[in-house]
Amino acid sequence: MPKAQTYILNMGPQHPSTHGVLQVVLELDGEKIIKAVPQMGYLHRGIEKLAESRTYPQFIPYTDRLDYVSAMGNNLGYCQTVEKLMQIEVPERAQYLRVIMAELNRIASHLLFMSSLAIDLGATTAMIYGFRDREDILDLFDMVSGARLTYNYIRIGGVMADVPADFVPALQKFIDKFPAMMAEYENILMGNEILQARLKNIAVLSGEQALALGLTGPLLRASGVDYDIRKIEPYGIYDRFDFSVPLGKTGDNFDRYAVRMQEMTESVRIIQQAMEQLPAGEVMAKVPRMIKPPAGDVYHRIENSRGELGYYIVSDGTPKPYRVHVRRPSFINLQMLDKVCRGLMIADAVAVLAVLDPLMGEVDC
Amino acid sequence: MNDQWLDGERLQPLQLKFPEQLEIAADGAQAAVVIAPPALPALMEELRYGADWQFSMLSNLTAVDYKTYFMVVYHLYSPALRQGIVVKCRCEGENPIVPSVTHWWPAEFQEREVYDLLGVFFTGHGDLRRILMPDDYSGHPLRKDFQAPARAEKR
Repeated sequence: MPKAQTYILNMGPQHPSTHGVLQVVLELDGEKIIKAVPQMGYLHRGIEKLAESRTYPQFIPYTDRLDYVSAMGNNLGYCQTVEKLMQIEVPERAQYLRVIMAELNRIASHLLFMSSLAIDLGATTAMIYGFRDREDILDLFDMVSGARLTYNYIRIGGVMADVPADFVPALQKFIDKFPAMMAEYENILMGNEILQARLKNIAVLSGEQALALGLTGPLLRASGVDYDIRKIEPYGIYDRFDFSVPLGKTGDNFDRYAVRMQEMTESVRIIQQAMEQLPAGEVMAKVPRMIKPPAGDVYHRIENSRGELGYYIVSDGTPKPYRVHVRRPSFINLQMLDKVCRGLMIADAVAVLAVLDPLMGEVDC
Repeated sequence: MNDQWLDGERLQPLQLKFPEQLEIAADGAQAAVVIAPPALPALMEELRYGADWQFSMLSNLTAVDYKTYFMVVYHLYSPALRQGIVVKCRCEGENPIVPSVTHWWPAEFQEREVYDLLGVFFTGHGDLRRILMPDDYSGHPLRKDFQAPARAEKR
Protein backbone atom coordinates (compact mmCIF):
# COMPACT_ATOMS: atom_id res chain seq x y z
CA MET A 1 0.00 0.00 0.00
CA PRO A 2 1.50 3.36 -0.97
CA LYS A 3 1.51 5.77 1.92
CA ALA A 4 -0.29 9.09 1.49
CA GLN A 5 1.96 12.06 1.98
CA THR A 6 1.47 15.79 2.10
CA TYR A 7 2.94 18.05 -0.52
CA ILE A 8 3.77 21.74 -0.86
CA LEU A 9 2.10 24.07 -3.34
CA ASN A 10 3.18 27.64 -3.88
CA MET A 11 0.23 29.92 -4.41
CA GLY A 12 1.72 33.13 -5.69
CA PRO A 13 3.60 35.44 -5.86
CA GLN A 14 2.32 35.36 -9.42
CA HIS A 15 -1.24 34.25 -8.94
CA PRO A 16 -4.30 36.30 -9.89
CA SER A 17 -6.19 35.67 -6.67
CA THR A 18 -3.45 36.87 -4.34
CA HIS A 19 -4.08 40.45 -5.54
CA GLY A 20 -0.44 41.36 -5.79
CA VAL A 21 2.79 39.71 -4.88
CA LEU A 22 1.74 37.65 -1.90
CA GLN A 23 3.09 34.12 -1.78
CA VAL A 24 1.20 31.55 0.23
CA VAL A 25 3.00 28.26 0.84
CA LEU A 26 0.25 25.67 1.13
CA GLU A 27 0.87 22.29 2.66
CA LEU A 28 -1.74 19.99 1.22
CA ASP A 29 -3.20 16.59 1.88
CA GLY A 30 -4.95 15.90 -1.37
CA GLU A 31 -6.92 19.07 -1.87
CA LYS A 32 -7.20 19.81 1.82
CA ILE A 33 -5.03 22.52 3.35
CA ILE A 34 -2.97 21.49 6.35
CA LYS A 35 -0.98 24.67 6.66
CA ALA A 36 -0.91 28.03 4.87
CA VAL A 37 2.17 30.17 5.45
CA PRO A 38 2.11 33.68 3.96
CA GLN A 39 5.47 34.90 2.64
CA MET A 40 5.60 38.63 2.17
CA GLY A 41 8.30 41.11 1.27
CA TYR A 42 8.19 40.98 -2.52
CA LEU A 43 7.04 44.61 -2.59
CA HIS A 44 9.13 45.84 0.34
CA ARG A 45 10.48 49.26 -0.59
CA GLY A 46 11.65 50.39 2.82
CA ILE A 47 9.21 53.29 3.01
CA GLU A 48 9.87 53.72 6.72
CA LYS A 49 13.59 54.08 6.01
CA LEU A 50 12.94 56.49 3.14
CA ALA A 51 10.91 58.67 5.50
CA GLU A 52 14.03 59.38 7.53
CA SER A 53 15.64 61.19 4.61
CA ARG A 54 12.54 63.14 3.50
CA THR A 55 10.99 66.24 5.00
CA TYR A 56 7.56 65.90 6.61
CA PRO A 57 5.55 67.14 3.57
CA GLN A 58 7.74 65.14 1.19
CA PHE A 59 6.62 61.92 2.87
CA ILE A 60 2.91 62.40 2.04
CA PRO A 61 3.22 60.98 -1.51
CA TYR A 62 4.87 57.87 -0.04
CA THR A 63 1.81 57.25 2.11
CA ASP A 64 -0.24 57.14 -1.10
CA ARG A 65 1.78 54.09 -2.06
CA LEU A 66 0.99 52.11 1.06
CA ASP A 67 -2.67 51.22 0.69
CA TYR A 68 -2.90 52.51 -2.85
CA VAL A 69 -6.61 51.88 -3.29
CA SER A 70 -7.51 54.02 -0.27
CA ALA A 71 -4.76 56.59 -0.45
CA MET A 72 -6.89 59.39 0.99
CA GLY A 73 -7.09 57.51 4.26
CA ASN A 74 -3.32 57.11 4.32
CA ASN A 75 -2.81 60.82 3.65
CA LEU A 76 -5.30 61.66 6.37
CA GLY A 77 -3.71 59.46 9.01
CA TYR A 78 -0.22 60.79 8.37
CA CYS A 79 -1.22 64.46 8.24
CA GLN A 80 -3.29 64.20 11.41
CA THR A 81 -0.34 62.61 13.19
CA VAL A 82 1.96 65.48 12.25
CA GLU A 83 -0.78 67.95 13.20
CA LYS A 84 -1.11 66.26 16.58
CA LEU A 85 2.62 66.60 17.09
CA MET A 86 2.61 70.29 16.11
CA GLN A 87 -0.84 71.09 17.53
CA ILE A 88 -2.14 72.58 14.29
CA GLU A 89 -5.85 73.42 14.09
CA VAL A 90 -7.30 72.49 10.71
CA PRO A 91 -9.91 74.88 9.19
CA GLU A 92 -13.52 73.67 9.24
CA ARG A 93 -13.96 73.47 5.50
CA ALA A 94 -10.83 71.36 5.16
CA GLN A 95 -12.09 69.03 7.91
CA TYR A 96 -15.30 68.43 6.00
CA LEU A 97 -13.50 67.96 2.70
CA ARG A 98 -11.22 65.42 4.36
CA VAL A 99 -14.19 63.43 5.62
CA ILE A 100 -15.86 63.48 2.20
CA MET A 101 -12.67 62.29 0.49
CA ALA A 102 -11.88 59.61 3.08
CA GLU A 103 -15.39 58.17 2.91
CA LEU A 104 -15.51 58.32 -0.89
CA ASN A 105 -12.24 56.45 -0.91
CA ARG A 106 -13.66 53.85 1.46
CA ILE A 107 -16.48 53.26 -1.03
CA ALA A 108 -14.00 53.05 -3.92
CA SER A 109 -11.89 50.58 -1.97
CA HIS A 110 -14.86 48.42 -1.01
CA LEU A 111 -16.07 48.46 -4.63
CA LEU A 112 -12.67 47.15 -5.66
CA PHE A 113 -12.96 44.52 -2.94
CA MET A 114 -16.36 43.49 -4.25
CA SER A 115 -15.10 43.35 -7.82
CA SER A 116 -12.06 41.27 -7.00
CA LEU A 117 -14.11 38.91 -4.85
CA ALA A 118 -16.54 38.50 -7.73
CA ILE A 119 -13.85 37.74 -10.29
CA ASP A 120 -12.08 35.34 -7.93
CA LEU A 121 -15.31 33.39 -7.60
CA GLY A 122 -15.94 33.55 -11.34
CA ALA A 123 -18.59 36.27 -11.51
CA THR A 124 -17.20 38.43 -14.30
CA THR A 125 -20.24 40.67 -14.74
CA ALA A 126 -20.29 41.84 -11.13
CA MET A 127 -16.60 42.66 -11.44
CA ILE A 128 -17.29 44.92 -14.42
CA TYR A 129 -20.14 46.66 -12.57
CA GLY A 130 -17.94 47.37 -9.57
CA PHE A 131 -15.16 48.83 -11.66
CA ARG A 132 -17.64 50.88 -13.69
CA ASP A 133 -19.00 52.59 -10.57
CA ARG A 134 -15.58 52.98 -8.95
CA GLU A 135 -14.64 54.94 -12.04
CA ASP A 136 -17.13 57.68 -11.04
CA ILE A 137 -15.33 58.12 -7.72
CA LEU A 138 -11.93 58.17 -9.42
CA ASP A 139 -13.25 60.91 -11.72
CA LEU A 140 -14.27 62.93 -8.66
CA PHE A 141 -10.79 62.51 -7.20
CA ASP A 142 -9.27 63.45 -10.53
CA MET A 143 -11.33 66.63 -10.39
CA VAL A 144 -9.99 67.68 -6.98
CA SER A 145 -6.43 66.39 -7.04
CA GLY A 146 -5.51 65.67 -10.65
CA ALA A 147 -4.76 62.05 -9.83
CA ARG A 148 -6.81 58.88 -9.96
CA LEU A 149 -4.95 56.72 -7.50
CA THR A 150 -2.16 58.51 -5.64
CA TYR A 151 -3.76 61.79 -4.66
CA ASN A 152 -1.39 63.61 -2.30
CA TYR A 153 -4.48 65.75 -1.65
CA ILE A 154 -4.63 65.94 2.13
CA ARG A 155 -1.75 68.05 3.40
CA ILE A 156 -0.36 69.00 6.78
CA GLY A 157 -2.74 71.73 7.99
CA GLY A 158 -5.57 71.17 5.54
CA VAL A 159 -6.02 70.06 1.96
CA MET A 160 -4.07 70.87 -1.20
CA ALA A 161 -6.75 73.06 -2.79
CA ASP A 162 -10.42 73.83 -2.53
CA VAL A 163 -12.73 71.70 -4.65
CA PRO A 164 -13.73 73.13 -8.04
CA ALA A 165 -17.23 74.60 -8.42
CA ASP A 166 -18.58 71.60 -10.32
CA PHE A 167 -17.42 69.10 -7.69
CA VAL A 168 -20.39 69.28 -5.33
CA PRO A 169 -23.00 68.80 -8.13
CA ALA A 170 -20.98 65.88 -9.49
CA LEU A 171 -20.77 64.35 -6.01
CA GLN A 172 -24.52 64.81 -5.55
CA LYS A 173 -25.07 63.02 -8.84
CA PHE A 174 -23.02 60.07 -7.58
CA ILE A 175 -24.92 59.97 -4.29
CA ASP A 176 -28.27 60.06 -6.10
CA LYS A 177 -27.16 57.14 -8.22
CA PHE A 178 -25.87 55.16 -5.28
CA PRO A 179 -29.09 53.38 -4.12
CA ALA A 180 -29.67 52.04 -7.62
CA MET A 181 -26.06 50.85 -7.69
CA MET A 182 -26.49 48.95 -4.46
CA ALA A 183 -29.75 47.41 -5.65
CA GLU A 184 -27.91 46.17 -8.72
CA TYR A 185 -25.17 44.56 -6.61
CA GLU A 186 -27.81 43.07 -4.37
CA ASN A 187 -29.40 41.38 -7.36
CA ILE A 188 -26.26 40.22 -9.04
CA LEU A 189 -24.14 39.22 -6.04
CA MET A 190 -25.70 39.31 -2.59
CA GLY A 191 -28.67 37.15 -3.53
CA ASN A 192 -26.65 34.94 -5.84
CA GLU A 193 -26.91 31.30 -4.85
CA ILE A 194 -23.41 30.36 -5.98
CA LEU A 195 -21.83 33.26 -4.08
CA GLN A 196 -23.71 32.31 -0.94
CA ALA A 197 -22.72 28.66 -1.26
CA ARG A 198 -19.07 29.65 -1.72
CA LEU A 199 -18.98 32.04 1.25
CA LYS A 200 -21.52 31.06 3.88
CA ASN A 201 -20.22 29.14 6.90
CA ILE A 202 -16.69 29.07 5.50
CA ALA A 203 -13.79 30.22 7.70
CA VAL A 204 -15.94 31.07 10.71
CA LEU A 205 -14.29 33.09 13.49
CA SER A 206 -15.93 34.05 16.77
CA GLY A 207 -15.39 37.51 18.21
CA GLU A 208 -12.82 36.19 20.72
CA GLN A 209 -10.95 34.31 18.02
CA ALA A 210 -10.90 37.37 15.77
CA LEU A 211 -9.48 39.48 18.60
CA ALA A 212 -6.93 36.80 19.44
CA LEU A 213 -5.69 36.98 15.84
CA GLY A 214 -5.24 40.74 16.00
CA LEU A 215 -7.85 41.52 13.35
CA THR A 216 -9.23 45.02 12.93
CA GLY A 217 -11.60 46.71 10.52
CA PRO A 218 -14.36 44.94 8.60
CA LEU A 219 -12.84 41.53 9.35
CA LEU A 220 -13.22 42.08 13.09
CA ARG A 221 -16.67 43.63 12.79
CA ALA A 222 -17.83 40.66 10.68
CA SER A 223 -17.26 38.56 13.80
CA GLY A 224 -19.60 40.82 15.74
CA VAL A 225 -17.07 42.97 17.61
CA ASP A 226 -18.16 46.60 17.69
CA TYR A 227 -14.79 48.21 17.07
CA ASP A 228 -14.55 51.18 14.75
CA ILE A 229 -12.03 53.94 15.49
CA ARG A 230 -14.44 56.51 14.03
CA LYS A 231 -16.78 55.66 16.91
CA ILE A 232 -14.57 54.65 19.83
CA GLU A 233 -11.89 57.30 19.42
CA PRO A 234 -13.31 59.85 16.96
CA TYR A 235 -10.62 61.72 15.05
CA GLY A 236 -11.12 64.92 13.10
CA ILE A 237 -14.84 65.74 13.11
CA TYR A 238 -16.26 62.22 12.96
CA ASP A 239 -18.16 62.77 16.22
CA ARG A 240 -20.49 65.17 14.36
CA PHE A 241 -21.98 62.59 12.03
CA ASP A 242 -24.78 60.17 12.53
CA PHE A 243 -23.88 56.72 11.21
CA SER A 244 -23.98 53.17 12.44
CA VAL A 245 -21.35 50.45 12.43
CA PRO A 246 -22.50 47.33 10.56
CA LEU A 247 -21.74 44.09 12.41
CA GLY A 248 -21.79 40.48 11.31
CA LYS A 249 -23.48 37.64 13.16
CA THR A 250 -21.73 34.41 12.25
CA GLY A 251 -18.25 35.70 11.40
CA ASP A 252 -18.00 33.70 8.18
CA ASN A 253 -16.76 34.80 4.78
CA PHE A 254 -20.22 35.95 3.79
CA ASP A 255 -20.42 38.31 6.76
CA ARG A 256 -17.02 39.73 5.87
CA TYR A 257 -18.44 40.53 2.47
CA ALA A 258 -21.82 41.78 3.71
CA VAL A 259 -20.31 44.08 6.35
CA ARG A 260 -18.31 45.90 3.70
CA MET A 261 -21.36 46.31 1.47
CA GLN A 262 -23.31 47.85 4.37
CA GLU A 263 -20.36 50.09 5.23
CA MET A 264 -20.63 51.69 1.81
CA THR A 265 -24.19 52.75 2.60
CA GLU A 266 -23.04 54.23 5.91
CA SER A 267 -20.21 56.08 4.16
CA VAL A 268 -22.74 57.64 1.80
CA ARG A 269 -24.77 58.76 4.81
CA ILE A 270 -21.67 60.47 6.21
CA ILE A 271 -20.89 62.11 2.87
CA GLN A 272 -24.46 63.36 2.55
CA GLN A 273 -24.31 64.98 6.00
CA ALA A 274 -20.87 66.44 5.35
CA MET A 275 -22.08 67.94 2.07
CA GLU A 276 -25.07 69.55 3.74
CA GLN A 277 -22.94 71.00 6.54
CA LEU A 278 -19.99 71.98 4.33
CA PRO A 279 -19.01 75.49 5.44
CA ALA A 280 -17.27 78.13 3.34
CA GLY A 281 -13.81 79.38 4.21
CA GLU A 282 -10.15 78.55 4.16
CA VAL A 283 -8.89 75.06 3.33
CA MET A 284 -5.39 75.44 4.75
CA ALA A 285 -4.21 76.46 8.19
CA LYS A 286 -1.31 78.84 8.69
CA VAL A 287 1.57 76.41 8.82
CA PRO A 288 5.22 77.40 8.74
CA ARG A 289 6.94 77.02 5.40
CA MET A 290 9.49 74.77 7.04
CA ILE A 291 7.68 72.13 9.04
CA LYS A 292 9.69 71.37 12.16
CA PRO A 293 7.66 69.60 14.83
CA PRO A 294 9.00 69.88 18.38
CA ALA A 295 11.07 66.92 19.58
CA GLY A 296 8.91 64.09 20.85
CA ASP A 297 6.88 61.20 19.61
CA VAL A 298 3.20 60.61 18.94
CA TYR A 299 0.93 57.80 17.84
CA HIS A 300 -2.32 58.40 16.02
CA ARG A 301 -4.70 56.01 14.34
CA ILE A 302 -7.66 56.17 12.03
CA GLU A 303 -10.16 53.71 10.60
CA ASN A 304 -9.09 53.01 7.05
CA SER A 305 -10.87 50.73 4.59
CA ARG A 306 -8.96 47.67 5.78
CA GLY A 307 -8.82 48.39 9.47
CA GLU A 308 -6.88 50.33 12.02
CA LEU A 309 -4.19 52.43 10.36
CA GLY A 310 -1.71 53.92 12.83
CA TYR A 311 1.26 56.24 12.41
CA TYR A 312 4.01 56.51 14.98
CA ILE A 313 6.31 59.46 14.39
CA VAL A 314 9.43 60.35 16.34
CA SER A 315 10.63 63.90 15.83
CA ASP A 316 14.03 65.20 16.87
CA GLY A 317 13.14 68.81 16.12
CA THR A 318 14.70 68.83 12.65
CA PRO A 319 12.77 69.15 9.34
CA LYS A 320 13.04 65.39 8.80
CA PRO A 321 11.42 62.73 10.98
CA TYR A 322 13.78 60.64 13.12
CA ARG A 323 11.59 57.59 12.70
CA VAL A 324 8.23 56.84 11.12
CA HIS A 325 6.40 53.60 11.71
CA VAL A 326 3.15 52.66 10.03
CA ARG A 327 0.81 50.17 11.63
CA ARG A 328 -0.69 48.68 8.49
CA PRO A 329 -3.98 46.84 8.96
CA SER A 330 -3.55 44.40 6.06
CA PHE A 331 -0.18 43.25 7.39
CA ILE A 332 -1.56 42.31 10.78
CA ASN A 333 -4.82 40.95 9.37
CA LEU A 334 -2.76 38.37 7.46
CA GLN A 335 -2.15 36.64 10.80
CA MET A 336 -5.55 35.05 10.36
CA LEU A 337 -4.72 33.30 7.09
CA ASP A 338 -3.11 30.18 8.50
CA LYS A 339 -5.67 29.76 11.24
CA VAL A 340 -8.75 29.91 9.01
CA CYS A 341 -7.31 28.05 6.02
CA ARG A 342 -6.49 24.84 7.91
CA GLY A 343 -8.94 22.14 6.91
CA LEU A 344 -10.34 24.07 3.93
CA MET A 345 -10.10 23.22 0.24
CA ILE A 346 -7.77 25.14 -2.11
CA ALA A 347 -10.78 26.79 -3.75
CA ASP A 348 -11.87 28.10 -0.35
CA ALA A 349 -8.42 29.55 0.25
CA VAL A 350 -9.03 31.70 -2.83
CA ALA A 351 -12.26 32.93 -1.26
CA VAL A 352 -10.53 33.55 2.09
CA LEU A 353 -7.84 35.61 0.40
CA ALA A 354 -10.49 37.57 -1.49
CA VAL A 355 -12.45 38.51 1.64
CA LEU A 356 -9.26 39.11 3.60
CA ASP A 357 -8.46 41.63 0.89
CA PRO A 358 -4.77 42.22 1.69
CA LEU A 359 -3.23 45.13 -0.15
CA MET A 360 0.40 44.26 -0.78
CA GLY A 361 1.60 47.84 -0.96
CA GLU A 362 0.53 48.12 2.63
CA VAL A 363 1.56 44.65 3.79
CA ASP A 364 5.13 45.05 2.56
CA CYS A 365 5.43 48.78 3.19
CA MET B 1 -9.40 66.52 20.21
CA ASN B 2 -10.41 64.29 23.10
CA ASP B 3 -7.42 62.38 24.28
CA GLN B 4 -7.97 58.89 25.54
CA TRP B 5 -4.24 58.21 25.85
CA LEU B 6 -3.25 58.27 29.50
CA ASP B 7 -1.28 61.33 30.60
CA GLY B 8 1.31 61.60 33.38
CA GLU B 9 -1.29 62.09 36.09
CA ARG B 10 -3.39 59.10 35.19
CA LEU B 11 -0.26 56.96 35.02
CA GLN B 12 0.62 57.61 38.68
CA PRO B 13 -1.10 54.45 40.03
CA LEU B 14 1.30 52.39 37.88
CA GLN B 15 4.25 54.23 39.35
CA LEU B 16 3.05 53.27 42.83
CA LYS B 17 2.69 49.67 41.81
CA PHE B 18 6.16 49.44 40.27
CA PRO B 19 8.10 52.11 42.19
CA GLU B 20 11.57 50.77 41.43
CA GLN B 21 11.35 49.57 37.85
CA LEU B 22 9.13 52.13 36.21
CA GLU B 23 9.62 55.69 35.07
CA ILE B 24 7.02 58.07 33.66
CA ALA B 25 8.04 60.24 30.70
CA ALA B 26 5.38 62.92 30.33
CA ASP B 27 7.32 65.77 28.74
CA GLY B 28 6.59 64.87 25.09
CA ALA B 29 3.38 65.07 23.07
CA GLN B 30 2.22 61.73 24.46
CA ALA B 31 3.08 60.45 27.94
CA ALA B 32 4.66 57.02 28.28
CA VAL B 33 5.86 54.59 30.90
CA VAL B 34 9.46 53.50 30.47
CA ILE B 35 10.62 50.17 31.81
CA ALA B 36 13.63 47.87 31.49
CA PRO B 37 13.26 44.42 29.83
CA PRO B 38 13.40 42.28 33.02
CA ALA B 39 10.34 43.98 34.57
CA LEU B 40 8.31 44.05 31.33
CA PRO B 41 6.36 40.77 31.79
CA ALA B 42 5.06 41.77 35.23
CA LEU B 43 3.96 45.16 33.90
CA MET B 44 2.27 43.64 30.84
CA GLU B 45 0.46 41.10 32.99
CA GLU B 46 -0.89 43.94 35.14
CA LEU B 47 -1.88 46.06 32.11
CA ARG B 48 -3.60 43.18 30.38
CA TYR B 49 -5.61 41.80 33.29
CA GLY B 50 -5.61 44.53 36.00
CA ALA B 51 -9.14 45.84 36.61
CA ASP B 52 -8.04 49.48 36.22
CA TRP B 53 -6.32 48.86 32.88
CA GLN B 54 -7.87 46.03 30.85
CA PHE B 55 -5.70 46.70 27.82
CA SER B 56 -7.03 43.88 25.70
CA MET B 57 -5.76 45.20 22.36
CA LEU B 58 -2.24 45.72 21.12
CA SER B 59 -2.64 48.49 18.59
CA ASN B 60 0.96 48.92 17.61
CA LEU B 61 4.39 47.49 18.35
CA THR B 62 7.57 48.96 16.99
CA ALA B 63 11.06 50.01 18.00
CA VAL B 64 13.33 53.01 17.58
CA ASP B 65 17.11 53.00 17.33
CA TYR B 66 18.48 55.87 19.46
CA LYS B 67 22.11 54.92 18.63
CA THR B 68 23.21 54.15 22.21
CA TYR B 69 20.04 52.32 23.15
CA PHE B 70 16.87 50.88 21.61
CA MET B 71 13.34 51.70 22.62
CA VAL B 72 10.67 49.07 21.94
CA VAL B 73 7.33 50.88 21.89
CA TYR B 74 3.93 49.34 22.61
CA HIS B 75 0.62 51.13 22.06
CA LEU B 76 -2.07 49.33 24.03
CA TYR B 77 -5.77 50.09 23.97
CA SER B 78 -8.69 49.10 26.13
CA PRO B 79 -12.03 49.20 24.26
CA ALA B 80 -13.85 48.47 27.53
CA LEU B 81 -12.46 51.51 29.38
CA ARG B 82 -11.75 53.60 26.27
CA GLN B 83 -8.18 54.35 27.20
CA GLY B 84 -4.78 53.87 25.67
CA ILE B 85 -1.27 53.65 27.06
CA VAL B 86 2.20 53.98 25.61
CA VAL B 87 4.73 51.56 27.07
CA LYS B 88 8.39 51.86 26.18
CA CYS B 89 10.97 49.23 26.93
CA ARG B 90 14.48 50.64 27.06
CA CYS B 91 17.34 48.30 26.16
CA GLU B 92 20.94 49.39 26.25
CA GLY B 93 23.61 48.36 23.79
CA GLU B 94 23.93 46.82 20.36
CA ASN B 95 22.03 43.58 20.83
CA PRO B 96 18.69 44.31 22.46
CA ILE B 97 16.82 41.39 23.96
CA VAL B 98 13.21 41.89 25.07
CA PRO B 99 10.65 39.40 26.40
CA SER B 100 7.99 38.67 23.80
CA VAL B 101 4.44 39.86 24.48
CA THR B 102 2.84 37.12 22.35
CA HIS B 103 1.67 35.59 25.62
CA TRP B 104 -0.75 38.49 26.08
CA TRP B 105 -1.49 39.81 22.60
CA PRO B 106 -1.30 38.63 18.97
CA ALA B 107 2.03 40.29 18.25
CA GLU B 108 3.60 37.54 16.12
CA PHE B 109 3.96 39.50 12.89
CA GLN B 110 4.84 42.81 14.52
CA GLU B 111 7.62 41.28 16.61
CA ARG B 112 8.95 39.48 13.56
CA GLU B 113 8.97 42.80 11.71
CA VAL B 114 10.88 44.56 14.49
CA TYR B 115 13.32 41.66 14.67
CA ASP B 116 13.77 41.75 10.89
CA LEU B 117 14.22 45.48 10.41
CA LEU B 118 15.84 46.52 13.70
CA GLY B 119 17.41 43.37 15.09
CA VAL B 120 15.60 43.32 18.41
CA PHE B 121 15.48 39.77 19.75
CA PHE B 122 12.24 38.69 21.41
CA THR B 123 12.60 35.81 23.85
CA GLY B 124 9.69 33.39 23.99
CA HIS B 125 8.29 34.29 20.57
CA GLY B 126 8.38 30.76 19.14
CA ASP B 127 8.72 31.63 15.46
CA LEU B 128 11.10 34.57 15.26
CA ARG B 129 12.10 34.73 11.58
CA ARG B 130 12.58 37.53 9.09
CA ILE B 131 9.29 38.62 7.57
CA LEU B 132 9.98 41.30 4.93
CA MET B 133 13.66 40.91 4.04
CA PRO B 134 14.95 37.69 2.43
CA ASP B 135 15.83 34.87 4.83
CA ASP B 136 19.52 34.95 3.83
CA TYR B 137 19.85 38.71 4.33
CA SER B 138 22.26 40.02 6.91
CA GLY B 139 21.87 43.31 8.71
CA HIS B 140 18.87 45.32 9.86
CA PRO B 141 17.89 48.17 7.52
CA LEU B 142 16.06 50.41 9.99
CA ARG B 143 19.09 50.73 12.26
CA LYS B 144 20.72 54.13 12.15
CA ASP B 145 24.15 52.71 11.33
CA PHE B 146 22.82 50.80 8.33
CA GLN B 147 24.66 51.58 5.10
CA ALA B 148 22.43 51.26 2.06
CA PRO B 149 24.15 49.22 -0.66
CA ALA B 150 25.36 51.31 -3.59
CA ARG B 151 23.08 51.41 -6.60
CA ALA B 152 23.92 49.07 -9.48
CA GLU B 153 26.55 50.42 -11.86
CA LYS B 154 25.26 52.20 -14.94
CA ARG B 155 26.06 50.32 -18.09
